[in-house]
Amino acid sequence: MSADESQLSPHHLPSGGAVRGQRGSRTLGTSLRRAGLALLPLLRRLATMVVALFGASVLVFVVLNVLPGSPAEVILGTQATPRAVQQLTAQLGLNKPLINQYLDWMGNLVRGNFGVSYISHQSIGSQIGQALTVTGPLVLFALLIGLLIGLPLGLAGALRNGRVSGSLIGAMSQVGMAVPSVVAGLLLIVVLTVKLHIFPTSGFPGWSDPWQALRALVLPSFSLGVVEGAIMSRYVRASILEQLRSDYLRTARSKGLRVGQALRRHGFRNAAIPLVTVVGLELASLVVGAIVVENVFSLPGLGLLLLDSVNNRDLITVQDIAMLVATTVLVLNLLVDLSYRLLDPRLKGTA
Amino acid sequence: MLPSGARPGEIEVDDGFGDVEHHGRWLHNPSVVIGGGIVALVVLSGIVSIFWTPYDPLAVNPSHALAAPSMSHWLGTDEYGRDEFSRLMASSQIALFVGALSVLIATAVGIPAGLLAAAREGAISQVILRLTDILYGFPALLAAVVLAAAFGASKMTVVLAIGIAYIPVFIRVTRSNALVVLNSEYVLAARAYGRRTFAILRRHVVPNIATTIIAQMSLLFSLAILAEAALDFLGLGTVAPTASWGTMLASSQDYLGSDALLTVWPSLAIVACVLGFSLLGDGISELREARRRS
Amino acid sequence: MTALLSVRGLSVSSGPLELVRDVSFDVDAGERVGLIGESGSGKSLTALAVMGLLGEGLRASGSVRLGDEELLEASELRRCQLRGDAIAMVFQEPMSALNPTRRVGDQVGETLRIHRHLSRKAAERAAVDLLSRVEFAEPERYARMYPHELSGGQRQRAMIASAIACDPGVILADEPTTALDVTVQRRVLELLDRLVDEEGCALLLIAHDLAVVSEVCDRVITMYGGRLVESGSVSQIINEPHHPYTQALLATSKALSVSESSLGSQLPSIPGTVPSAGHFPRGCPFQDRCDRRVEACQVMPEVVETDNRALACWNPVVGTSASGGGEAA
Repeated sequence: MSADESQLSPHHLPSGGAVRGQRGSRTLGTSLRRAGLALLPLLRRLATMVVALFGASVLVFVVLNVLPGSPAEVILGTQATPRAVQQLTAQLGLNKPLINQYLDWMGNLVRGNFGVSYISHQSIGSQIGQALTVTGPLVLFALLIGLLIGLPLGLAGALRNGRVSGSLIGAMSQVGMAVPSVVAGLLLIVVLTVKLHIFPTSGFPGWSDPWQALRALVLPSFSLGVVEGAIMSRYVRASILEQLRSDYLRTARSKGLRVGQALRRHGFRNAAIPLVTVVGLELASLVVGAIVVENVFSLPGLGLLLLDSVNNRDLITVQDIAMLVATTVLVLNLLVDLSYRLLDPRLKGTA
Repeated sequence: MLPSGARPGEIEVDDGFGDVEHHGRWLHNPSVVIGGGIVALVVLSGIVSIFWTPYDPLAVNPSHALAAPSMSHWLGTDEYGRDEFSRLMASSQIALFVGALSVLIATAVGIPAGLLAAAREGAISQVILRLTDILYGFPALLAAVVLAAAFGASKMTVVLAIGIAYIPVFIRVTRSNALVVLNSEYVLAARAYGRRTFAILRRHVVPNIATTIIAQMSLLFSLAILAEAALDFLGLGTVAPTASWGTMLASSQDYLGSDALLTVWPSLAIVACVLGFSLLGDGISELREARRRS
Repeated sequence: MTALLSVRGLSVSSGPLELVRDVSFDVDAGERVGLIGESGSGKSLTALAVMGLLGEGLRASGSVRLGDEELLEASELRRCQLRGDAIAMVFQEPMSALNPTRRVGDQVGETLRIHRHLSRKAAERAAVDLLSRVEFAEPERYARMYPHELSGGQRQRAMIASAIACDPGVILADEPTTALDVTVQRRVLELLDRLVDEEGCALLLIAHDLAVVSEVCDRVITMYGGRLVESGSVSQIINEPHHPYTQALLATSKALSVSESSLGSQLPSIPGTVPSAGHFPRGCPFQDRCDRRVEACQVMPEVVETDNRALACWNPVVGTSASGGGEAA
């Protein structure tokens, strides 16, 4: 309720005057709050993410460093003399207390210094950078393919809800969701590479030849993207169905809009609100899914680097990549939250 | 789950399964029927495989390597001459073991924590939610990689990784559903009668959110099987020669050109099993929704 | 003269289930007709069928004529041209009936953009005018707000503003005050009353409360169980209800206005509850709750029109004052 309601109403409650007084001060308060409150939840949300990142880094570090047995032994092999092991341990800074090791690692990470692998003796930062030129495009293509499949399929499924074609679309996406990207990848290889020789099986020629590089990314992107499309179509369908059943869409139609027009003017934006969440979270799951797919197609991306590091017991690299992926996931979560606030006026200024 | 006599404030309580009349509807829901059927089949083959498989899933027979499907080997043999059908059957043990144990870990931690976060607003709930935030940063696959790097690849690494990764899901689902119940009027009434928080959780909240949780468990079971297959494929889980769908896929990679069927069989098994559990979960939620609306 | 809106033998069915059965009534130009009945009586479905906005799985049959046009046979395109322009609707829940993510002015002016093809700017100005017509003190400010920033009464007034935007010949108002605070209900009702007067348009006002209808309308139609059971002028119905159901509604409505000052006394209500759709008895739908039930009620009585009123009852209340119908539960 607001000021003009009670002033003009012929029926005053006994408390009408008091209520009106409150309302007057509320209008002033609202404008003041609007200015300050827009930033406050943002800062709070940022703070909780920093805390989560700190916790994640402790978790990763502790899990990877609690085990007995020093990396130096692993590097030097079983025949190494205790002296050599000791020397290398000191050289790597592994004789310091764990807390100092953690602080060294974190301090460097925050400054963007990923350190040097004690297996390959290469800069981990440049290795990760190199890997990202493969994983980045892979994930983005997969997301694009997922959207290109999921949006129209979900929309069609919603508009044909209750008909046979609608159920068929629903069944298709349900099955699609059950296909792991490994399976999708292997089956794509069988059909398109082995039988039809359309795409290269595996490996990556590098971006010096963009055409060949893109060709190498087609199958991996599809293995991730097709499954993603099935998942997204389910969300899109549910979201559009909710809009089609909403009262305000009926209002829009009562004004003379056809179903499609009403959906375009009133439904899409509201349907997009939950979908933004889905896209954000699915992007995170694609980053993780890429680890698997890169191994199917031997793509030299972040996933392959991570797995090689695990197999070589290159713990610093594992630590760095794990933190990078965890950070990506958490930042995506944050962005989803913030975009939610941007799209839904009801949530402006809420914590 | 409830004493039969309804007391004031308990009338609306839903025991999660409804009365006799509702049982009939379970069989009218195609998702439940198909999903439940597949799940039953997988469970059955898992149990049977403990006692009997057509061949020993580990028995190597080089003279029969890479045989095509035949009367003696229904689905053919792999590169070591091992019977594919027997290996598929034995693999369902692993899938069920990993799925069940990881869902158990996730629920054993997630549900109590979620209830606690719902019942105790303030510091406790904040701490739980912040811990949830941290775990959200580690999807199952990443958690498994980190654990495998530290402790080496094994079935238990996978179980632990998937279980931990899904704890936050259960915390959030439990908490949000519990909050709805806790804020309902009949719980307010129960509070007015002086019921203690623990009693309210047991009598009102748990029975009310049971179906939702069970549906979520079924869905997570399917995700756990997906994750397990991926991890085994990457060599981070079950170690050869033990049969699992993921390791079967991994070794089939070398024969994509010559014996694509070696890839097809475990693929079908994974897809069917995941589909079964996710359909079952969806069906349970659908029934719950339908009942809530009526 | 021919009626502006003429409904003949309208039925709404969901599969084999008939939710509205054989309803006929007329609304003349400028006339105000009230449609009353408890929830589940088929009032809202009747209105939605007239608008052509029935939900999934619902089908209308019979005849709905607007002027010379048969609506049930018109193309969807034609119906869209009429909706919002010749015939408009105000819904029950002003919160959910407004799009939460679009500004109020935007939504009020939308009807004009659709039918008068106004530019965004012009529609915005028109929306501000419309908002001031529905008694917004600061229309410019409210036009820029989102629905959640408005009170229930304000939202409903905004809905009314968008309904009158194109000067429709008929406005259907589906329980426009039910979801509002009691203190605001009267105000919205009076506003609707005044605007319909100024516009000279016809009004079909749906309500479950006879008191609301009797204040605004010229004529009243009573529905129960998806059927029209009685209709007549307001004074006929109020002073001399013939159908036991109308009589019972009237009794509860009167008792309510009395009990406002005598809190604590038990409110009278119609005995029994409205069955869910498809569970009405064969024959007269009201027989199970009716104290004037006779053998003949097993068969649905025809709607008989006499003396400007219509009635479907085998054992009508005649010549008694409306007092005995309601009982304390």
